[in-house]
Formats: sequence, C-alpha cells, structure tokens
Amino acid sequence: MTSKHSSYKEPLIQYLVFLADTNLILSQRNSEWCGHGPVLEQDIAITNITLDLLGQARLLYQYAAELINKENPSANETEDTLAYHRLEREYKNLLLTELPKGDWAVTILRQFLYSVYQQLLYTELLNGKDKHLAAIAEKSLKETHYHVKWSSEWVLRLGDGTPESHARMENALLSLWMYTDEMFIAAAYEDKSITGIAVTELKKEWLTRVSAILQEATLAVPSDDLFMQTGGKTGVHTEHMGYILADLQYLQRTYPGANW
Amino acid sequence: MKTTSGHIINEAFVLDLLAKIPDPEIPVISIIELGIVRDVLIQNNGVTVKYTPTYSGCPAMDMISMQIKLALKEAGIENAKLEQVLSPAWTTEWMTETGKRKLEQYGIAPPNPIGDSDKPRCCPHCGSINTQLLSQFGSTSCKALYQCLSCKEPFEYFKCH
Repeated sequence: MTSKHSSYKEPLIQYLVFLADTNLILSQRNSEWCGHGPVLEQDIAITNITLDLLGQARLLYQYAAELINKENPSANETEDTLAYHRLEREYKNLLLTELPKGDWAVTILRQFLYSVYQQLLYTELLNGKDKHLAAIAEKSLKETHYHVKWSSEWVLRLGDGTPESHARMENALLSLWMYTDEMFIAAAYEDKSITGIAVTELKKEWLTRVSAILQEATLAVPSDDLFMQTGGKTGVHTEHMGYILADLQYLQRTYPGANW
Repeated sequence: MKTTSGHIINEAFVLDLLAKIPDPEIPVISIIELGIVRDVLIQNNGVTVKYTPTYSGCPAMDMISMQIKLALKEAGIENAKLEQVLSPAWTTEWMTETGKRKLEQYGIAPPNPIGDSDKPRCCPHCGSINTQLLSQFGSTSCKALYQCLSCKEPFEYFKCH
C-alpha cells in the first residue's frame, strides 16, 4: 500500500525526507523520557536534545515540502503532512532510531552513536551540493556538538561506573551495534552524485571517535564481523515502527488537520 | 508607503515596533536585543522582516513570528512578510550589550564573547566567581544550569552559541 507521497521520486527530496525522518523518529522515542528521566536535570537534558532534533526535522520537512510543491503545485505538502500523513513504508529513518527507548543505557548509547554520526555527516553537508541544506546543517551542528558532549560524558559515567551500569552498557552495545552499519551504506538517493558526500567514507572516522570513548569507558568495541541489519533507508522497518506511528499520527488521523 | 493611519513606513519605524516585542521566554529583553532580526526591507508592496532562529526547536520562535506579524498589523502595516535566514547561524555575539545587561539584572548570567571560557563570568545574584555547572541543559534550549558556591543559589547561564 502506498500514498501519494511515494510518487516524489526526486532524489534530493527523498534525501531530505530521510534526514528529517531520522531526526523525527529519534525525537519521538526520546520524548518518552519526558517526566521519567532518572533525575530532573537529565530529564531536562534529554528533552532539550529531543527538541533540537524535532526542530531540525521541521527545517528539513519544510524544505522538502517547498521542493515538492514547486514540482507539483497541487501537492499542498507541508511539514505536517510529511510528518503525519505518510505510511510506514514511506518513512526512511535509520532503524537505530525506531528501536524502543530501553533503559537509560540504551537511550544514552543510541544518542551517542547517532550524534557522532550526525556531527560527521552534517559537517560534510556544509560543503554539500545543496546550499539550503548546507544552511540547515550549519544551524543544526551547533546543537549537535552539545549532544555529542553530553552523551559521551554519560557513556563514560555508565561504562566506567558500577558493575550494574557497566553490565547495562554492555547489553546496550550488544543490542544496538547491529544497526550502526546502515548509517554508512548509501541508499540510491544518497549517492555522491546527488549529495556531494561519500557516506561510506565517514565510517572510519566514526569508528575511531566512537571506539575512543568506548575504550575510555572500559567497554569492548564489538568485533566487525557481527551481522548487520539494514532496511530503514528504503522503508523496510522493524516491528516497532508501526507502534511509533500509531502514537505519533493518532491525533492527525483521528482529527485530520487539527490545530491549536 | 504609509500605514493605514498615514504614518510613513521606513526601516526606523519598523525597527521601533520590533524593539517593543519581548522574547516570550525571557521577557526582559526584546527580539532586537536578542539579536535575531537580520534585516527589514521596505518595498512598494509591503514589509519583509528577515530573522534568524536561535535554536532549531525553540518553541518561542513560532510565538515570535506571530508577535511580529501582529505588531506590524496593529501599527497599520497590511502586507508584512517574514523570512527565515538560517545561514549564518545565530550566535550570542549578536546579542546587544544592553540585552546582556538586562539579562544579568534579571538573574540570568549573560553569554561571554565567543572564544572566552564558556562559563558564566560570575553569579548574577552575589557576583561571586565561585560557580559550578549543574547541567549543560536548562529550562530553555539556550540556557545551562549553574550553582553559585558562595551564596548557594542556583542560576541560569545563557550559553555561548
């Protein structure tokens, strides 16, 4: 089953939607911590990061909608129709972002793995082919630096903490690692000829930065022959995705166009 | 071009209106003092205000753009447009000195110049330099939480950005 949204084939539009979806779904997941963080300051921290991700997603959706409407004047897309009206297979977010929030170790580690990647990717986007996307990246990067710093500190604190926190970080690493390779496998719309970025080449630097923190946190870097799961970039999601969308889209599906 | 009440619309007139719009989260400073207004263009068919958002997800941005439109409309400017400028990204360097002073009087430690240490100069309550970071993230995206080790009071610090 598809909706009209599947008809937007322009690679740049698909790429923007991929970037936006990834941030949107991670922010949706992180927002589950709102009011449930381990201590007040960290509850505020994770929700602040969530808000940054959501804000970045908005800028990306707004730009995608603008490009879609330019091509198809009757499309009437907005940031909201893109965020709320699509079907599961039309979302292109990384699988990593849709996994359940788990315990604090899983949430921290996922944020860390993603933020380091986002920092590298968006730094490349500054010199990418599209000027407006470069401007969005420039704006976002200032925020991503805080995310990397905060999540790195927490990986150290938990990994090199108590036997309990260390064990939880080991579990988190085992359950999340298989979803990391997807970041560096380019989808068709992500080809260097379109974005100006060779995403495959970012892996080495990502691994160096991630390994440095993991090692300092006394955590073993998983071996590179582990099975790696992919699919999110092309819309093939895990069983968790439907539940997120049910939550995320409920209001707009029940009361289309609702506003406040 | 004139307003509906006959006042001549020029850049100074519009900037004056904008200087009366408070930041919704920190109402002691105006959006001009916050440094988010980039440009005001007066054209034959209307007024365009160019602005730069502080943080991407800051919920105050939607409120601010609504307040700008309202203020211009109330002043009798019928055709007002807003344009978001993302690059160069907003920086605390654009905050005015008056804005920084007002923040401090309000109890928020103002941002240091970029390149200086990213730590509040002193406690806005007692002036002590003996302070410590509680959290990099505060009640809004733009602030961090600190505590003064002299007067023991917690306070907010507007992060260098």
